[in-house]
Amino acid sequence: MRTTVSLRLPVAMVIAVSLCACGGGDSEDGAEAQRRPIGGATGTELAEVQELHWGNGAEPQTLDPHTGSGVPGSNIQRDLYEGLVNEAPNGDLIPGAAESWQISDDGRTYTFALRRNARWSNGDPVTAEDFVYSLRRSLDPATLSRYTFILNPIVNAREIAAGERPIIDLGARSLDEFTLEIELESPTPYFLGLLTHSASFPIHRPSVEQYGEQHTRPGNMVSNGAFMLDQWVVQSNVQVVRNPYYWDDENTILDRVYFHNTEDQSGEIRRYRADEIDITYATIARRQLPWIRENIPDQLVIAPYLGTYYYSFNTLRPPFNDGPELRRALALAIDREIITDQVLTSGEIPTFGWVPPLSDYENQQMVEASWTQAEREAEAKRLYALAGYSEENPLVAEFLYNTQDDHRRIALAATAMWKQVLGAEVTLRNQEWKVFLDTRQARTETQVFRNAWIGDYNDAYTFAELYHSDSGLNNTGWGNDEYDRLLGLASAEADLAVRADYLQRAEAILLEEMPILPIYHYVTVRLVKPWVGGFSPNIMDHHRSKDYYILDH
Amino acid sequence: MLRYTVRRLLGAIPTLLILIALAFFMIRAAPGGPFDAERALLPEIEQNLRAVYHLDEPLYLQFLRYLGGLLQGDFGPSFQYRDFTVTELIMAGFPVSLRIGGLAMLLALAVGVTVGSIAALRQNTRIDYSVMSVSMTGISIPNFVMAPMLVLVFAVYLGWLPAGGLGDGSFANLVLPVISLALPQIAYISRLTRGSMIEVLRSNFIRTARAQGLPERKILLRHALKPALLPVVSYLGPATAAVITGSVVIEQIFSIPGLGRFFVQGALNRDYTLVMGVVVFYGTLIVVFNLLVDLAYAWLDPKVKYA
Amino acid sequence: MSADLAETAVPESSSGRSLWVDAWRTLRRNRAAVVSAIVIAVMAVLVAIGPFLSPYAYDFTDWSNLSTGPNLATGHVFGTDTLGRDLFVRTLIGGRISLMVGIVATFVSLVIGISYGATAGYFGGRIDHIMMRIVDILYAMPFMFFVILLMVLFGRNIVLIFVAIGAINWLDMARIVRGQTLTLKHREFVEAAEAQGVATFAIIRRHIVPNLLGVVAVYVTLTIPQVILVESFLSFLGLGVQEPMTSWGALVKDGSEEMESAAWMLIFPAVFLATTLFCFNFVGDGLRDALDPKDRS
Repeated sequence: MRTTVSLRLPVAMVIAVSLCACGGGDSEDGAEAQRRPIGGATGTELAEVQELHWGNGAEPQTLDPHTGSGVPGSNIQRDLYEGLVNEAPNGDLIPGAAESWQISDDGRTYTFALRRNARWSNGDPVTAEDFVYSLRRSLDPATLSRYTFILNPIVNAREIAAGERPIIDLGARSLDEFTLEIELESPTPYFLGLLTHSASFPIHRPSVEQYGEQHTRPGNMVSNGAFMLDQWVVQSNVQVVRNPYYWDDENTILDRVYFHNTEDQSGEIRRYRADEIDITYATIARRQLPWIRENIPDQLVIAPYLGTYYYSFNTLRPPFNDGPELRRALALAIDREIITDQVLTSGEIPTFGWVPPLSDYENQQMVEASWTQAEREAEAKRLYALAGYSEENPLVAEFLYNTQDDHRRIALAATAMWKQVLGAEVTLRNQEWKVFLDTRQARTETQVFRNAWIGDYNDAYTFAELYHSDSGLNNTGWGNDEYDRLLGLASAEADLAVRADYLQRAEAILLEEMPILPIYHYVTVRLVKPWVGGFSPNIMDHHRSKDYYILDH
Repeated sequence: MLRYTVRRLLGAIPTLLILIALAFFMIRAAPGGPFDAERALLPEIEQNLRAVYHLDEPLYLQFLRYLGGLLQGDFGPSFQYRDFTVTELIMAGFPVSLRIGGLAMLLALAVGVTVGSIAALRQNTRIDYSVMSVSMTGISIPNFVMAPMLVLVFAVYLGWLPAGGLGDGSFANLVLPVISLALPQIAYISRLTRGSMIEVLRSNFIRTARAQGLPERKILLRHALKPALLPVVSYLGPATAAVITGSVVIEQIFSIPGLGRFFVQGALNRDYTLVMGVVVFYGTLIVVFNLLVDLAYAWLDPKVKYA
Repeated sequence: MSADLAETAVPESSSGRSLWVDAWRTLRRNRAAVVSAIVIAVMAVLVAIGPFLSPYAYDFTDWSNLSTGPNLATGHVFGTDTLGRDLFVRTLIGGRISLMVGIVATFVSLVIGISYGATAGYFGGRIDHIMMRIVDILYAMPFMFFVILLMVLFGRNIVLIFVAIGAINWLDMARIVRGQTLTLKHREFVEAAEAQGVATFAIIRRHIVPNLLGVVAVYVTLTIPQVILVESFLSFLGLGVQEPMTSWGALVKDGSEEMESAAWMLIFPAVFLATTLFCFNFVGDGLRDALDPKDRS
């Protein structure tokens, strides 16, 4: 039996430092403020105005954590709502609305002890019943959630989401006001990580029932996170303010947080430079990197991100439906370092594997990963010939991608390499995003096409399950019985090491067969103002504003 | 005049109906759907979503349902922004676009007519060339280059004005977007004014007026300006309707919450209701402004009478 | 709409004399227009044959020279873009596309717009009413919506860009021409021609259209740059010319992303673009003066 005890370090020593040091009078003098060192004389003094401005990409589609999809919405939901489990700035799991939990020996029953001092933003206590209601609502087909699969490990969740069982059959119940029990179908070592996903967040039943679809409006929304909704100007910004009822309010430093719509990436950087935005969105305008590296290199933060950029082959149609030789030839002919270092230039991690580097998982790579590029190209030529192609009889194929500058540039580089190394004639075709999605899903016209995957949770399974032959997201048409079998074994396995071994063996098969052609692992590329305290990159790129503070500047 | 106006407005109804039908079936003909995403939906959930939004019904039925909603002033829910109805989105975005677009249009009209008239009076002189050259920058350098340059200079380097956002809607936040939006309009209007003013100044009645020894300023303001504005007015109607429904370039670059981005996003996201909403809204405005143009024609040109 | 025109008070008339001979004479006297016309001609020749003068192809990636400034030694006289493609060649190739889009689309809209507008204005009454109603409907369709749908339905295609832009622009032309025709058609010279029994279309062609040319010339000089800008606007939205083909709009859009770090990527295409637009303008002015029937002595 494993027990975790809540132990939260005070966010920063800075709180202790009084504000008087920065002196109220001269703060209006802009020039004076400019000369002041960041963080004042001690480097830890807080600014008087504790407001943080995030660049938040596109407009959030919704603030309802259960129907939400998309990164911009989730970023805001993490500040508004608090799940049972939280993430520390470095990504480690720490207690959230639950102060501790116990896991049964078979790994199938989780018992959460909720914080007795946790409150909704209207003062109501956060109870186990709130979580039961929320988990049911999240899975209820009437809620129209995109992310029901996050809760799939819970008993009966799958059937409930499919409308085959009533929602009260869900394996989650309150043992008393502050004790919640969740029962799982099978041991799911990454289950606690799933509880940081917005699909598992609690929402306030009385306001949902009172306001219906309008419960996410400022004035209506009642939330249990460190912040509560104050304003929402569609296409401009969402503002949240300190929730005075939050259990850890005394350690929350920011008073107001802005999430700015920064759809225009160049515009975002200009606003950052004009000090209107403190932290940019995770993907800044790549074209500005040379300027940034020259002028503000120490404000640039590049960190690994749980995602893989890759190409896929349609294994149902010629020419990629035969053996793995041709697919491997194309994979080896691509010089990934040219793509990451010269085309993208923002520190992406070139890869010959599918699953990004994760703890508790041994990274798999194509066998040729350790070779030199020249050796790989020689092998590519050999495989190309083996597949029956030659200079006189070159591969003729079409590469499909969705219209976007980076995709275009990578595709231009990749097809140029296929041409130079193999003599393959691969033409480019781009489609507008929605058309592309349809074409890719149909599997009837694609040959080789762009693809990408961002993990939904911090576990190799979120990558592995994609290429199960039953997966609705497997747009290659590839299927392998042994692969499917290993995945089945892994999901029933409680022993972490054994489970990891199953998943690693599965990935090795995928890389041998190569229905997909991994190119690089994503990184987040951000600008962070020197006066923003508390920022720490993590692989899920999940951040909570309550860990942040603004230094005097 | 009143009867004419009423008749025109009634006559606009079939126009709008045809427009709605055209737009409705065109957007539906586009491949892809509102719920497509990188992570494809589970089939059951997609079915539920389609049922909730009546997308599982035959198209003609959906069309009738849409028209029925419109009659009650209901544009339907947005597919993309699930927390809002299309009516709410338009009502939130339009005042912003109207303010910025309206100011830009007024600025453009004032500057454009002045510049155009000066150029016409000094035709083919250095003054003509220089004022027209300056005014032409608005349509020689694309907006999406001009706007970021203005931001770089006035917001980033000098720090005089905000780089983006509407803030509390104060004047400082409006300056750069309004100027960026007005620049091309200034160019169009000054160009049109100059062209027609030159023509008017050469006409006989102006010659007659000059021969009578009227002061030049009086000739210009009293006699020449009105007829010279005719082509400008023709242009102004649809241009105003377009400008006050928002500019996607300006809104995107300055991150302004107007209507303009909805046209592009609605179409790209297959947000059927949102795109229909802004199309109907825009169409209605165009009809109204065209009517205004024709009424203005009657006022400016006494030779045109509406029976 | 039935619009009755009161008697005109403007007793100017156009005669059947050789309009174009006089126009040519006037045009030649306008130095700015002549110089501009020459610049445009040089530009046209340059974009037509210039790309053959460079050792680089417009889609060739020079991996050893990614994003480098103008450099005579490497032969990249305008520098290279982020993919190491020669900017000199790309600027000229882009010019081909932009000029083609501008001229062809304007021509399309001109032909449709003038004939449609002059016909509606001249006939008036019910015909005018129906014709303008059709224009109203098309007018009320947001251009952007229309273009995005076309791009989505048919994929990106340069011919489609011509058609889409031309097919929408003629509406402006039609309205302006109709408005002018309304004020023209009751002038004496038209009425005189009618009295002499000249065929209707002959009147439109011989008397109405020539008198519209002043307005049309102004309109054309506004439309060519406008169309080139519309194309660049499509590039801004990511819906422009298909890569690796390019246009001035696409190049300027690309360059504007890096105006501080790689200014050459913006400056060269922008200078070409702006120069061309200015020159069209001056030529338009010259044309306007030359073709204005009332100005001839």
